[in-house]
Amino acid sequence: MRLSTSTLLHALGLATVVAFSLFPFYWMVAASFKTQADILASPPVLFFTPTLENYRAVFADAKVFGAVGNSLLIASATTALAVLLGAPAAFALARYEFRGKSDLWFWFISNRMMSPIVLALPVYLLALQTGLLDTHLVLILIYLTFNLPIVVWICTDQFKSIPPDLEQAARLDGADQFTIFRKIYLPLGAPGIAVSAIFSFIFSWNELLYALVLTRRNVQTAPVVATSYMSGYELPWGKIMATGTVIVLPVTIFALIVSRHMVRGLTMGATK
Amino acid sequence: MPETTAPPSRVPNRGYRQWTPFWFLAPAVLTLLLIGIYPTIFALVTSFRRYNIARPREGFPFVGLENYVSVLSDGTFWASLGTTARFYITVLPIQIMLGLVIALLLHKTGMGFLKALARVTLVVPLATTYAVVGLIGRLIFNRDFGVANQFLDMIGIGGFDWLGSPSGAFAAIAIMDIWQWTPFCALIFLAGLSMVPGEIEEAARLETSSKWALLKHVQLPYLLPGLTALLILRSADVLKLFDMVFVMTRGGPGSATDLVSIYIQRVGFRIFDLGTASAQAILLLVLTILISRLYIRILYKEVQ
Repeated sequence: MRLSTSTLLHALGLATVVAFSLFPFYWMVAASFKTQADILASPPVLFFTPTLENYRAVFADAKVFGAVGNSLLIASATTALAVLLGAPAAFALARYEFRGKSDLWFWFISNRMMSPIVLALPVYLLALQTGLLDTHLVLILIYLTFNLPIVVWICTDQFKSIPPDLEQAARLDGADQFTIFRKIYLPLGAPGIAVSAIFSFIFSWNELLYALVLTRRNVQTAPVVATSYMSGYELPWGKIMATGTVIVLPVTIFALIVSRHMVRGLTMGATK
Repeated sequence: MPETTAPPSRVPNRGYRQWTPFWFLAPAVLTLLLIGIYPTIFALVTSFRRYNIARPREGFPFVGLENYVSVLSDGTFWASLGTTARFYITVLPIQIMLGLVIALLLHKTGMGFLKALARVTLVVPLATTYAVVGLIGRLIFNRDFGVANQFLDMIGIGGFDWLGSPSGAFAAIAIMDIWQWTPFCALIFLAGLSMVPGEIEEAARLETSSKWALLKHVQLPYLLPGLTALLILRSADVLKLFDMVFVMTRGGPGSATDLVSIYIQRVGFRIFDLGTASAQAILLLVLTILISRLYIRILYKEVQ
């Protein structure tokens, strides 16, 4: 087989895309296995003896450990709530016609555009007054502002694709709407619900602004702790990058699982 | 969503009790009202008061439009909007161009494995925690040992103080944003390209050997909705952009990377002038609502 220039360019282009996408990520992971001396070396060391010292430091640090725990708890709880509240709403939007439906729909979508700083200010004051500042609950609730719309959007889409004949049959058997939702829509819509849950988890896990503003010492999330190292003279680069890797790895794996739906999740389905 | 399922939303409607959808919707709607609308109203009220929590002795009196007047005459606020706009017009053309090239590479036939690999790796930047993107930026653009400077050294251009100089810091956050969001553009364009009916593309390829003509006359119409979505979504995203920039530069040096979200956060939580910050946030909200109306008007025409 003769390699044509065009094929060669194609391969080269694709290889560049892979390198472009992975380089910063790779550079972080590599740094997390380097000693401080190797990180500070100039020119950069491409081959080095990996050390686990940074990870040992990260896992020995109660602050990081606690922060990952907080992030895990908050992201899971807000995702569960978003699915619990969002899936029934999606069912209503997928299967009923009622007045104000499109307005409601647009309201959900508008939340996608909203800057968190708009809500962070009043929620900070409200949390201050009610004693909710620096609690898990305040983040779990505020994250619903972006999770709930994403769950509603993806689930509505999924529920609409379920053939209505199924439910006609169930209705003839005397099933009421709640039974139909539980017995037909929830199981058949499960893939869509799972995708929306994963998105909701990723967005909550990655969030920084609300977490920065609404927490103090007790409920710091992983991104907040990672950024808190960034002061002082001698930065512990290896430990910072190890923390970064620990934060990013789980969501990257989740994202790879839903990679086919990435565009849908990020555009709220405006492009098909 | 497949077109074939359009009618069913009306078909099963018969025989349903009128209040059933209400019970399904109420929990979600009430929750969003409580956590979304109520704080927004609270912010609106706060924006009409003098509300500096660093100076509680002054109380929180209503001052009418005073905060809005001071925000609208505040040069720094306008400058932060200007910086945000400049950021948008810097990164977006590059993201669109690179995204289109990547989409075309992924659309081209052949190279099955490499193509699948490239498509999967595109997801990595999109999923990376925004704050961690900032941390990586601090590492790559470090003046003394950052790989960016070492690369510049290698090709004979002296390295410079990226994060310490205004134009360097702006370029650094732009590059990190381009890294993170170009894949998004690529995936949207790829979705558009795959909408072109196979037989039309084949016929066009027989007509012309010019890739440019193919792109312009056959593929472009299918790319336009995605492009519109990108222009609008990215503008909302840049107005939201906080995490990565906060970690990399905190808006500095000086005000070189002081995007609007960074500035409002500083007024609210460093200066603790929540009255002024609320007025700024309300103005930002108005801008956001206009953008999302535009998005809905253009891209969800068929829903209405």
